[in-house]
Amino acid sequence: MSSDPEEDYVSWIQTFCESFGHDYFVPVSQDFIEDDFNLTGLSSQVPYYREALYTILDYEVETSEDQPNSVSGAVNSVATTTATTGAASTSATTANATSNGFNDNSRELPNKVLLARSAELLYGLIHSRYIISKPGLTAMATKFERNEFGSCPRYYCDGMHLIPVGATDIPGHETVRLYCPCCNDIYLPSSSRYLNIDGAFFGTTFPGLLVKMFPEIENQCRIRTQRFNSQDFGIKLFGFKINELSSSGPRMKWLRLYPSTEAEKEEYENCELGLPDEFEDLTGSESDMEVGEEEEEEEEEEEEGEDDDRTMASEN
Amino acid sequence: MSNGNEEYGTDSSSDYTEYWIDLFLGIKGNEYYCDIDDEYIRDRFNLTGLNQEVSRVPTLIDIITDSIDIESQPEEHREVLEHNSRILYGLIHARFILTSRGLNKMFEKYRNGDFGYCPRFHCSLHPLLPIGLHDQPRFASVKLYCAKCEDLYNPKSGRHAVVDGAYFGTSFPAMFFQTFPQVIPIHTKDTYVPKVFGFKLHDYSKLNRWRELQRGKLEKRLVKQGIEINNVVGGFVGKNEEEVEVKK
Repeated sequence: MSSDPEEDYVSWIQTFCESFGHDYFVPVSQDFIEDDFNLTGLSSQVPYYREALYTILDYEVETSEDQPNSVSGAVNSVATTTATTGAASTSATTANATSNGFNDNSRELPNKVLLARSAELLYGLIHSRYIISKPGLTAMATKFERNEFGSCPRYYCDGMHLIPVGATDIPGHETVRLYCPCCNDIYLPSSSRYLNIDGAFFGTTFPGLLVKMFPEIENQCRIRTQRFNSQDFGIKLFGFKINELSSSGPRMKWLRLYPSTEAEKEEYENCELGLPDEFEDLTGSESDMEVGEEEEEEEEEEEEGEDDDRTMASEN
Repeated sequence: MSNGNEEYGTDSSSDYTEYWIDLFLGIKGNEYYCDIDDEYIRDRFNLTGLNQEVSRVPTLIDIITDSIDIESQPEEHREVLEHNSRILYGLIHARFILTSRGLNKMFEKYRNGDFGYCPRFHCSLHPLLPIGLHDQPRFASVKLYCAKCEDLYNPKSGRHAVVDGAYFGTSFPAMFFQTFPQVIPIHTKDTYVPKVFGFKLHDYSKLNRWRELQRGKLEKRLVKQGIEINNVVGGFVGKNEEEVEVKK
C-alpha cells in the first residue's frame, strides 16, 4: 500500500494501528507525543530515538539509503516510504537495506528496517504511557466497552470483557496478556496474531487504573460474581462430588472463592493488612521446609535467581 | 461424496467406503469426539433408555454402523434421520467415554491436545478436557475443564460452542482422572494481583490474602490426614519447584 502524500494521506500512527494484529492499540494523539515531558527517559531505551520520533510524527527522516544521492533530492520520497513501511517491514525493504546499507559510510543514519523497528518500539512505549493518561484511558475504555480485546474464556465470568496487560514494563520480555477484572486472572490472547505484541506496550499499570477509573467495570464484575458464587463447581462422578482427600479432589476452590458466611467475612476483614499470625508461619515455613526435601533438584536450583521477569506478575 | 473419502482418509478399496462415523468425525466442529467401537454401538444394553431421547433407534444404529445406507430411506426422512443419528451418536459417546476403551481413546486425544489448552496464563498451557454441565441433552453446550486450575472454560471456536455438553457428560473428567491418576497435575499457587505503578491494589490484594488463607487451611487439613501435598500429583507446587518449572 503506497499512499501519495497529496491524495490520501495516511499518518504513520494510523497505519500502525490498522495493520494486522495491532487492533489492541489506540492512536496516540499528536499533542501527547509532541510534549517532550511525556517522553522523558525514552531516548535511552530506543535506538535512533530522534529519527524514530520523526517517523511517528510523519516528519522527513534521512535514512542511510539516500545518503549516496544528494540528500535534498531524496528526502521527500524517503519520508513517505518510511512512513508507510509501518509495522510490516516488507522483505523488499530488507533486501534493499542489506544491499545498500553497507557500502555507504554514513555515521549514524539508520537503515529503513532498523528505523521501522525503532519507531514501533518508541510508539509502543509512548502508547503504554498514553493509555494511563486521561484521554488514553477514555480511548481504551471505549475499546474495552466494544469488547475489542475479547471476552474472558472462563465460563463463570460470562463473557466479561478483557483488558490488555503486560507482565513487565521493560520491552522485549513478555508478550501481551489479557486481564479479566471479574476473575482477577490473566489469560493468553485467543489468537496467535497477538503473540508478537510486546506486553510493555500496555504496561503493568493499565488494567488496575482502568478498573479504578471506571467503577462500572467493578460493578459489572460484582453482578457476575454474585450470580455465580452460589454455583459451587466441582467435578462429579455420577452426581457425587469427589472428596478433597482424593488426589483428583477439589484443591483449587480457594482460587475463585469469595467470603460468604459471617465467619468468613470476619476472617476476610482480618486479612486487611496481612495474613493472620497462625497462618503466616504456615505459608512461610512451607518454603523453608521444602528446601530440605528437594535435594535432588539441586542442580537446577542455581538458575532460579534469573527468572524473575517471568514471575513478576505472579508474586503471591 | 468421493472427495469426502480422501479428506477423512478412509479406506477406498471397496465401492462402499464412506463410513458414517468417519464422515461424522471429519465434520468441522466434531474434533472433540472419539470414534466409538462398532460392538459398543451394537450392544443393546449400552443403549438402554436412549429411545426416550430419539425415535427409531434401530434404524439410526443401522445408519451409524453403515448397515443400511441413508439413501435407501425415503427422501423426506433423510434429514431428520441424519440429524437424529448425530444426536444418538453423541449420547452413546457420553456413555462410551466412561468405559475403559473410551477412556483410553480420549486419553490419546488429551495427550495430543485435541481439546485445546487452558488459556489461563498461570496454567502454562495445560491440556483441557470436555465436560457437560448436564447429562440431559439440549441444556447447555460443551465446556472445557482444566485440571490445573479446576475451572471451566468456553471453547475457543464457535463451532465447538454449539456442541451439546450432554455428548460428553458431567462425569467424564472425574472418571478420567480416577482412571489416569498419573496425569493429575500439580496445582500452581500463582495468582495475579493488579498493580498501579508497582503497588498492588488493596482490595484485590486483601481478597487474595484471604484466598491464600483458605488454601492454607486446606493444606493444613490435608497434612493432618497424612496426605503429601508438596509437588505431588494433585498437590501444590512448592516454591523451589515453581521456579525450576518456569525455567523449563
